[in-house]
Amino acid sequence: MIARLVLVLACVAALVAPFAVRPYHATLMLPAFGYGVALLGLNLLFGGAGLLSFGHALFLALGAYTAAVLTTHAGVLRFETILMVAAAVAAAIALPVGLLCVRYVKIYFGVLTLAFGMLFYSFLFKFYTLTGGDEGIRVLRPTLLGRAFPDLGKVEYLTGPFYYYALGVLALATLAMWRIVRSPFGLCLAAIRENPDKAEYLGVSVRRYRLGAFVIAAVFGAVGGVLLAVPTGLADPLLAYWTHSGNLVFMLLLGGFDRLLGPLLGAFVFIFLQDSVMSITQYWRLVFGTLLAAIVIFFPRGLMALLDPRARSGA
Amino acid sequence: MTLLEAPLLEAMDVRKRYGDFTALDGVSLTIRDGEFVSIIGPNGAGKTTLVNVLSGFVPPTRGTVRFKGVDVAGVGPVRLARLGMARSFQLVNVFPGLTVAETLAVAVVSRLGRGRRLWASLAGDSEVRAQVADVAALFALDDRLARPARALPQGDKKLLDVASAFALRPEVIILDEPTSGVSTRDKTAIMEVLVQAAARVGIRAIIQVEHDMDIVFGYSDRIVVLHQGRVLADATPAEIRADDEVVATVVGRRAR
Repeated sequence: MIARLVLVLACVAALVAPFAVRPYHATLMLPAFGYGVALLGLNLLFGGAGLLSFGHALFLALGAYTAAVLTTHAGVLRFETILMVAAAVAAAIALPVGLLCVRYVKIYFGVLTLAFGMLFYSFLFKFYTLTGGDEGIRVLRPTLLGRAFPDLGKVEYLTGPFYYYALGVLALATLAMWRIVRSPFGLCLAAIRENPDKAEYLGVSVRRYRLGAFVIAAVFGAVGGVLLAVPTGLADPLLAYWTHSGNLVFMLLLGGFDRLLGPLLGAFVFIFLQDSVMSITQYWRLVFGTLLAAIVIFFPRGLMALLDPRARSGA
Repeated sequence: MTLLEAPLLEAMDVRKRYGDFTALDGVSLTIRDGEFVSIIGPNGAGKTTLVNVLSGFVPPTRGTVRFKGVDVAGVGPVRLARLGMARSFQLVNVFPGLTVAETLAVAVVSRLGRGRRLWASLAGDSEVRAQVADVAALFALDDRLARPARALPQGDKKLLDVASAFALRPEVIILDEPTSGVSTRDKTAIMEVLVQAAARVGIRAIIQVEHDMDIVFGYSDRIVVLHQGRVLADATPAEIRADDEVVATVVGRRAR
């Protein structure tokens, strides 16, 4: 009940935020939308299939760079096209990477994903002619549903049409994940998470489903990456760096991974907490480290469990 | 031999070595349509290894295993489940966080080949729901469909494990000590449920590993006695009872 009320309030707050708060805070919502989409995918992998990736930032970077290359080099400004190409590129990369990674579980899976993430980081960093090296590639302002909004300045564009577009993408992504978790596919993933050996005896191919989850997570990651890149106007190698993957895991643990909406809560709290702590002290990482330790010890099921203390729903 | 009499499951000269230890030493075994076969023997006789080889979980070191004429040695459980073989486990083996209905639905979804449906609603799939309800009713689990497996009493967990194997509607089912850890009175009840469910689901043969001799002699068409990795005897319950050597070496020790 409380959870539903909070959800409704959160939706209303997200809808009116551009009118109700200062533009600065409205623009802070944008990365939270992007991370929200990416975390929905990451959580299918962790909460859904029991695999914790420490290299998921690879796919966010892939999305951001796809947006950068398309807008800067290919002259493609249609945001819908950018999102679809980013999703396709992520799926194409995730398939071979996933084939290698899902052979392993637990720490081995985590380390292997970390390795692929860092491999991609090195590629972005070193292949200067292709990727712009440490300077990255600019991401130009995309058109939304065919409209360019030439009269709007950057902040008006971001807190106006782009804000609602990104919110819409987040809503669609949430709906899609809600369906996936409740589909036969989602059930088989949950079975694998609970007991992979038994799942196999019931004819559920563990590797195939894990690969499916990996590819879906990658697609969500890339879409999230595209949403992140537009407000900053830049795709740079740090997007693929392991600390970025670490932040994603932090957000997931912060919000809680056994609820569909836990990751979204994690993304919002992380972004706003980071902003306020950074404005107080330069040692914000120290504060965040302490916070993460406290969460894992005292609230292993994340903040979402405080709002909705029911037992795991199989989601 | 006509086609109908061809063995459903056939192991020929199966050997399994783990390093220096020989777990199975030339085991041959034939399971025909309609049979209920019990595998017995003292601890360490190779019963579980044999079941693991028959169910494709471990490849034999030597020898062949054929299921419906297909070589299935070491093909793995997923393939065997698709071919029509299911098994339950000696130790409780459930999905702790899934409910009874969800557990059975995993098997039904897998059998119907619907696991790849990303966009379909599981709750809205009336065929899956109906089959889950069917199996749950067969095993008298229908009054606790919404309970998570971890919250079930031990006996019910065991029953759920067996029920999920039945939900695959296999042709052959291998039960590894289906009544272990259950009181003697409940054992007969579970066996009755099993046999009736097998008839309802259309299972063509049951193979079980069992220690309880009342159950073994009461339900089996044939008993295979394993001893030190070899088949000591393979005969009807009456013939086994009449064999003093077998009774002395295996059954006697167990029946104490």
